[in-house]
Amino acid sequence: MKHLYAINAKARRIELASAAPPAGSGDVFALQEDGASAPPPHKPHIPTGCSLAFFPGWEVDSSGGTAGLCQPVERDIYDCYISCFWPAQVPDHLNNYADWNSKCASATKDWRNIDLVFP
Amino acid sequence: MTSAAVLESSYSLHDLHRFRGGGAEFVYLPSSGGIFALNGVTRAVLDSLAVHPDTPSGIASALAPQGFEPADVLDAVEDLHAARAIRDEHGFESLVQEPPDRFPLQTLVLNVTNQCNLSCEYCYEFGEDKVATPEGKPKFMDFETAQASIDYLIRESQGRRSIHITFFGGETLMNFPLLKRAVEYARRQAEAAGVSIDFSLTTNATLLSPAIIDFLAENSIGVTVSIDGPKEMQDKFRVFSNGRGSYDIIAPKIRELLARHKTRPIAARVTMTTHAMDVMRIYRHLKDDMGFYEVGFAPVTSSPDRLYSIGASGLDSVLSQFTALAHEYLEAALRNEHHGFSNVSDTLAELHQGISKSHPCGAGLGLLGVGPSGDIAPCHRFVDSDQHKLGSVRTGIDHDKRQAFLDRGNVGRKYECQSCWARPLCAGGCHHEAFVRYGDTGHPNLHYCDWIRGWTDTCLEIYGTIAAKNPGYLNLFSNRKAES
Repeated sequence: MKHLYAINAKARRIELASAAPPAGSGDVFALQEDGASAPPPHKPHIPTGCSLAFFPGWEVDSSGGTAGLCQPVERDIYDCYISCFWPAQVPDHLNNYADWNSKCASATKDWRNIDLVFP
Repeated sequence: MTSAAVLESSYSLHDLHRFRGGGAEFVYLPSSGGIFALNGVTRAVLDSLAVHPDTPSGIASALAPQGFEPADVLDAVEDLHAARAIRDEHGFESLVQEPPDRFPLQTLVLNVTNQCNLSCEYCYEFGEDKVATPEGKPKFMDFETAQASIDYLIRESQGRRSIHITFFGGETLMNFPLLKRAVEYARRQAEAAGVSIDFSLTTNATLLSPAIIDFLAENSIGVTVSIDGPKEMQDKFRVFSNGRGSYDIIAPKIRELLARHKTRPIAARVTMTTHAMDVMRIYRHLKDDMGFYEVGFAPVTSSPDRLYSIGASGLDSVLSQFTALAHEYLEAALRNEHHGFSNVSDTLAELHQGISKSHPCGAGLGLLGVGPSGDIAPCHRFVDSDQHKLGSVRTGIDHDKRQAFLDRGNVGRKYECQSCWARPLCAGGCHHEAFVRYGDTGHPNLHYCDWIRGWTDTCLEIYGTIAAKNPGYLNLFSNRKAES
């Protein structure tokens, strides 16, 4: 920040956060609005369950925004594929692509290893 | 880099409170608790947006005649937006922030007895506005219950390095034998668990004796004395059951306590009523004549129609006296000297950390109250109230009840608080006071909003002045109230 001077401890944290690289240049984080001013959270992103008002909860949350999605983006496809009743766009794991996720032991760590499928 | 879309977006003031101190201008941000100093450009941008919303390019052209470079104006807009002092058309999402599910306990307030040898007319435990229903319950805590409470605290504080026990009453020292055994037991258990533990108590000072004072000093037990001021103020409400005032009994005992107990600072806590509103005189007496390290003031909790309740005009007078005493604090701080007005130091500590509270206090979160029977309440003020019972130290806490209490008290759910800039520190105010006034622990304490804003503004001004003139003094607050 060039024109605001942090005085208290919280202001210094805001300053550090605003100096962090804008979203998109680092790792992939859950969909957030105004990524430039609200940098990715430093804590693990804890899913809070599906949104009841607007399914599917990974597109829009109960307030119409994207900050409270039912899954962080790195988990949504994977969780929708088995546990969610909503017909999500995931591979047909029963007949044609049974192994599409075989290299993904832990979704939060290995999600990059989920195979692409070309139906 | 500022994109064309950003340049065309219309900006307006978001959530902020501007204040001055020591010749500098600052902004307090209620959305985070952050405090920033402004310079000429950020000040001009805020002034401009206070008149009407505008696009960055519009602001830049409006400020050009004042000599501000457009590039500086655009940077200032970006900074203010990053700090959430101003908003664009999209605004910011405001979510109700919930505390984590597992919040380790830090402090247990043990009401070792609900009996008292004074009959203070305004007492929230015995007076007309009491919430306690002590009928048929033990009057004194027994050792087995104290043990169960201490075990409960150690079990439920997993992950903390230090824990705290406050002894409370009734009159705490009416159960001194238990207090003594509880301190010894708690020390042993804390050592076995590898955590540090400390103790404090609140007393009316009537039962202090040399032996008790020595025990408190040897065990570094923090002491807060409830006292309302010089003799005529103390004796107005703080009386024995026969109506006799307590000042003459306690004054020599307090002097002895202050002379012999040097291991912890001793504080006085004043309950302000219509008969004890002369802040300066009370402070001078307790700090200078008696020698307390700190003096804290709190208006009495009561329904509005009680005769001793301080009304709106009384609060105005108290605020102006508070402000005068706070400026005395400031003078001392600029000379690097200690001043004992603890209402200021407590608020400065919170401002310095940039605390933004989800709840007005730790009740039901890191702090719980335990009654003589072992029943758990959100805090000491709700102890022995069937309506507010959250569980028992023997069987644990009812998580649904605790959650319901916390849900009610969350500032994010208090409608009136959403537009108030003082909400990071106040968060709607005391749960107990809200229950006494409005019959709902989650109701914002609307009867003192103006007072809270006035007081917070005074403390911000003092904070800003210290930040501008003697910033090193603020290091005192860097570790206060830090997480442990």
